[in-house]
Amino acid sequence: MNDPQPPPLVRIDGVTKRFGEVTAVDDVSLDIQKGELFAILGASGCGKTTLLRMLAGFEQPTSGRILIDGADMTDVPPYERPVNLMFQSYALFPHMTVEQNVAYGLKKEGVPAPQIRERVAEMLAMVKLGPLAGRKPEKLSGGEKQRVALARSLVKRPKLLLLDEPLAALDKKLREHTQFELANIQYQLGTTFVVVTHDQDEAMTLASRIAVMHEGKIAQVGTPGEVYEYPANRYVAGFVGNINLIEGRVTGRANGRLTLHCDALDADLEAACEEVPAAGETVTVAVRPEKITISREAPAGADRNVVKGVVRDLGYFGDQSLYRVRARSGAVVQVSAQNLRRSAKLIVEWDDEVFLSWEVGSTILLRT
Amino acid sequence: MRIRSPGLVSIVAFGYALLYVPIVSVVIYSFNDSRLVTLWGGFSLRWYASLLEDEKLLEAALLSLRIAFLSASFATALGAIVALALHRLGRLRGRLLLSGMVTAPLVMPEIITGLSLLFLFISMADLIGWPMNRGATTITIAHVTFSMAYVVVVVRSRLAAMDESLEEAAMDLGGRPLAVFFDVTVPMLLPALVSGWLLSFTLSLDDLVISSFVSGPGATTLPMYIFAKVRLGVTPDINAITTLIIALVALAVGIASFVTNRRRSA
Repeated sequence: MNDPQPPPLVRIDGVTKRFGEVTAVDDVSLDIQKGELFAILGASGCGKTTLLRMLAGFEQPTSGRILIDGADMTDVPPYERPVNLMFQSYALFPHMTVEQNVAYGLKKEGVPAPQIRERVAEMLAMVKLGPLAGRKPEKLSGGEKQRVALARSLVKRPKLLLLDEPLAALDKKLREHTQFELANIQYQLGTTFVVVTHDQDEAMTLASRIAVMHEGKIAQVGTPGEVYEYPANRYVAGFVGNINLIEGRVTGRANGRLTLHCDALDADLEAACEEVPAAGETVTVAVRPEKITISREAPAGADRNVVKGVVRDLGYFGDQSLYRVRARSGAVVQVSAQNLRRSAKLIVEWDDEVFLSWEVGSTILLRT
Repeated sequence: MRIRSPGLVSIVAFGYALLYVPIVSVVIYSFNDSRLVTLWGGFSLRWYASLLEDEKLLEAALLSLRIAFLSASFATALGAIVALALHRLGRLRGRLLLSGMVTAPLVMPEIITGLSLLFLFISMADLIGWPMNRGATTITIAHVTFSMAYVVVVVRSRLAAMDESLEEAAMDLGGRPLAVFFDVTVPMLLPALVSGWLLSFTLSLDDLVISSFVSGPGATTLPMYIFAKVRLGVTPDINAITTLIIALVALAVGIASFVTNRRRSA
């Protein structure tokens, strides 16, 4: 590879982990660059936590290697890795004060006491916990505990910080706030963060790149935008965000555009396409709900990517409305629309006959 | 739903009376001035004073305390190690059998424990020439064997409630396994270790049956001494020594439950 990029900070090279008969992580290869905020996203049981624990050193890969900053870490125990982990439960030592918790890692490193005091104070100031230094963890709120855990894992200045579901234990309001704070701290320090999460919103807003994991394998790696707008396969399309998956039969191809017919919607669809599926082949196309325009009149001058249907369900959220529209054949399409104009009356109501339409570029073609 | 019928209250009162009237009467009569155990003759501390003059009794009490201290310490150390080993074995096959076997002495009749230990000591003396004489050492060993079972139970329940990521966090922060053990595991287990030690201490202090089996000439523990004395007739100084033992045991049990509850609520 003639890659102009510098060598990656983390290289996961063909790593497989089996627990008895179960393959938790299946031949995963992944490069993470220095300074990235990388998210590993997946449903529970997809192997993301096992992958994280192998990066931290708590599990040994069955096969494959893990390199951090060029050094082979595969058989290095956790206490000798330049990596720290922020646990989902935070794992604060209950018999130590906040200050002692944060100082623990430096003490084990053999840092002289005056320096420890200085660095701990600096760290606590950064997470705004200075006044609570003398408290025991049991006297802290959830958000404060989370910040102690963050300070404790960052104080050793690791090359790589691993975060296991960092926001899962916080309530919604606090989560949004903490999300930005976490990204801020990462930006300030320039430390490489790897976040493991099952929450797609968390991954989308935090990360610069996302790896979606499914059944022990990486389903897709990309920026949040790439993963959302250009999902590599059906699983990613369905897991990240809402989507309408539609089966269609290829009817023709011209000028880099593919035409299909969808029986379930009784409509002709059109998608941009580089490769050529054979005519008559069945493919899956996908359209995000917010890409679809809903209207009571037929859109002028368009005969493709137009679906006729009846509004079966309507959810009003204030800023937007969610519609479930049933085509004549019975297939249901989800549509979301921003409520741009101020009006107590909805433009489209229950049982209205409507037309759904979208641009050619919004049709996602999924081969797998 | 709470029913506070008089019938229920009296049943509870009866139950508690059954438990505590004998103990309370012993305590009260230990302050009795009369020479007769059953007749009240006014308040006095004379029986407590007379205890101090009974050299045999003091000797037995000292021996009992020494054995209790030693056996509790060994039982706590060994019990904690066994509990940790069983905990770390995880789902290994045979763990259920092993843990059942560790706790079996809890329900084993003391007579059997005592008898089998006696046989063990006798055949050991035959085979390897040790222990040549039975006495304080054999009693201590016997007490360790049954106290250990209690320690294992207490420590294991604490381990089950412990967040395992605490140890991992310490390791992640640079603690080597041994350092992690002393920095995190031991402090987390401390309440269990303290209550296990106190439990072993009290169990050893009032054991009579097993001690009698494995003791030899010259080694008389306090319960053995009292038992021997009572057979010749109950004298008021027995009440005094019994009261002291009750106080000691109550103190130990009180501390044990205080330590356990304080940590648990934290």
